Amino acid sequence: MGTLALEGVNKVYRVGTFGGQTMHAVKDVTFEARPGQIISLIGESGSGKSTIGKMILRLASVSSGRILYDGQDVATLKSRELKPYRRKVQGVFQDPFSSYNPIFKADRVFGLIRDGFFPEVKGADWDERVHKALQGVSLDPDGVLGKYPHQLSGGQLQRMLVARALLLDIEFLVADEIISMLDASTRVDVLNLLGDLKAGGLGVLFVTHDLSLGNYISDQAIILRKGRIVERGPTATVFDQPTHPYTRMLLASVPALHGGHDSGALGQMDVVRDRQACLYHERYPGGDATAPASQANPTMVEVSAGHLVTCATVDEGGGCLQGGARQTAG
Amino acid sequence: MTLKVRDLRVHYTTLAGDVRALDGVSFDIADGEIMGLAGESGCGKTTLGNSLVRLDGRMRHVGGSVELDGTELPIWDSVAMDRHRFHTISVVPQYAMSALNPTRKIGRMAAEVIQSRGIRYASVKDQFERRLALVGLPERVLDLYPMELSGGMKQRVVMILSTLLDPSLLIADEITSALDVSTQKAVAEALVGLRDNQFVKSMIVITHDLSILHEVADTILIMYAGHLAEKAPTDVIINGPRHPYTKLLISSLPEVGVRFAERRLVGIPGRPPSLLDPPAGCRFRARCPLADAQCEELPPLVEIEPGHQVACWKVG
Repeated sequence: MGTLALEGVNKVYRVGTFGGQTMHAVKDVTFEARPGQIISLIGESGSGKSTIGKMILRLASVSSGRILYDGQDVATLKSRELKPYRRKVQGVFQDPFSSYNPIFKADRVFGLIRDGFFPEVKGADWDERVHKALQGVSLDPDGVLGKYPHQLSGGQLQRMLVARALLLDIEFLVADEIISMLDASTRVDVLNLLGDLKAGGLGVLFVTHDLSLGNYISDQAIILRKGRIVERGPTATVFDQPTHPYTRMLLASVPALHGGHDSGALGQMDVVRDRQACLYHERYPGGDATAPASQANPTMVEVSAGHLVTCATVDEGGGCLQGGARQTAG
Repeated sequence: MTLKVRDLRVHYTTLAGDVRALDGVSFDIADGEIMGLAGESGCGKTTLGNSLVRLDGRMRHVGGSVELDGTELPIWDSVAMDRHRFHTISVVPQYAMSALNPTRKIGRMAAEVIQSRGIRYASVKDQFERRLALVGLPERVLDLYPMELSGGMKQRVVMILSTLLDPSLLIADEITSALDVSTQKAVAEALVGLRDNQFVKSMIVITHDLSILHEVADTILIMYAGHLAEKAPTDVIINGPRHPYTKLLISSLPEVGVRFAERRLVGIPGRPPSLLDPPAGCRFRARCPLADAQCEELPPLVEIEPGHQVACWKVG
């Protein structure tokens, strides 16, 4: 079983006419994913969460930094070495309807795996594996095999894609918004499936914009904002003691069934108010050798066991009052 | 009573036969009421919203009547409906991004839309700007192109434009589904603000997200496979639902605070029936844990308490 580690990963896209401008989509992202753990990567649109998933799957290149799988740098894998990597690390994406070719039967995705990875496996043997994988995702093989994508529901198609990944005896799954397109009544079944697979030792990166889903299923939570990790730690800690004002704002915006919206600054983080209680600056007063290298590139600080937070004022424009005040005072 | 819908039936004509997307739907909306309309995809909720505004070529009005402020709406006649659209009944579509003309600045586009309805833009311009300010949009958005606005801002522009003539009924179809949580909250609050400022008398908010409805709606109507399952005040639907479908739906929703390791939620097994040839009787029968022989007969929508209607034999 492998451990996936991201070390200071950056991604810069070239945008605009002739690629004249750049967009820094992922900034200095560092985290580690262990087997048997679900990590949720939570962020709003444009926070770089899907880009991170794509870089892990080698669907996008890494601009700087390293992605290590079992100590091996994923970016340097040659095409021949890539195949064993793909056997271990697979992705499932948001829209199950566009993942299938509508003119072929849906079970063709299994046939393609066989052609690509297991050409030596005999027919009956392979069928047995497919049945086992389908049962593993609680699908009835007779109900889904031999059907076209339009004859199956979104939840069934999405679970077939997970089954396809399972055929490869994967160790790590990148699940990018896999339940956003599903109906409420089937959503939770796909989530529970991830929970069951986790118990079997699978590592999962659960990319989502939905805080309640991230909270329900994951062990570790990472909150992304504009490509930067603003807070990460055990899910219970991040959700019960959100420290970064952005995390608090997100949590306050979640409509709750049995509570209602919290009152609070609408859509904006209240930086000034939160500076008073900025845990980051309690641990990291600045003005000494351990100060952040620059306002634009702060180091994350551990505020409690495994719970890391970054400075609240980054990307907000202007320096941090508290840090600055202490600096002048000292 | 603002809106009175009686036994409305709207079918889609397809090569394979009629898809009975709306099969006998009756409900009322009171003045000032925000009614949430929820259900799984394919249950007919968007069809219901659309049929009150415009039937497209595939949709066929089979029966039933719609009455708005005491006047019957000629929903089967697209030309006659034109008099009501925008003036008395208005819609905010799901994708505001594609509802705005990308080649026009917001101000000019608004002027064109309003003039196309035979109203002078100058007479409503001040009101338009004042209302944009109410939902937190500065006056300069009038000089911007749609691509220069964020999704939430575009959604709010469309909301203000749709309600500029103070319609009696506004239909908001999945308007928060494509937005981030923080923008979602802003749009939801703007929606309630439209009612509180009396820009619209009442509203139908269509969504699959019950937690959004809990924030904005006064009553919630749950649909299943072209039929009504339950209608009740929001708190009753969330905290004391009676229809088995509503119960299962609510209990399958993960909320912040519920964790897989502590409490495992369950979904509803099976899937909704095809509306091409729906089964007789209660359409939830095949997935319902309580179903028995009685359910082969269609349960009527019965009022079990004031304002709480349920269509199930097993209730009461």
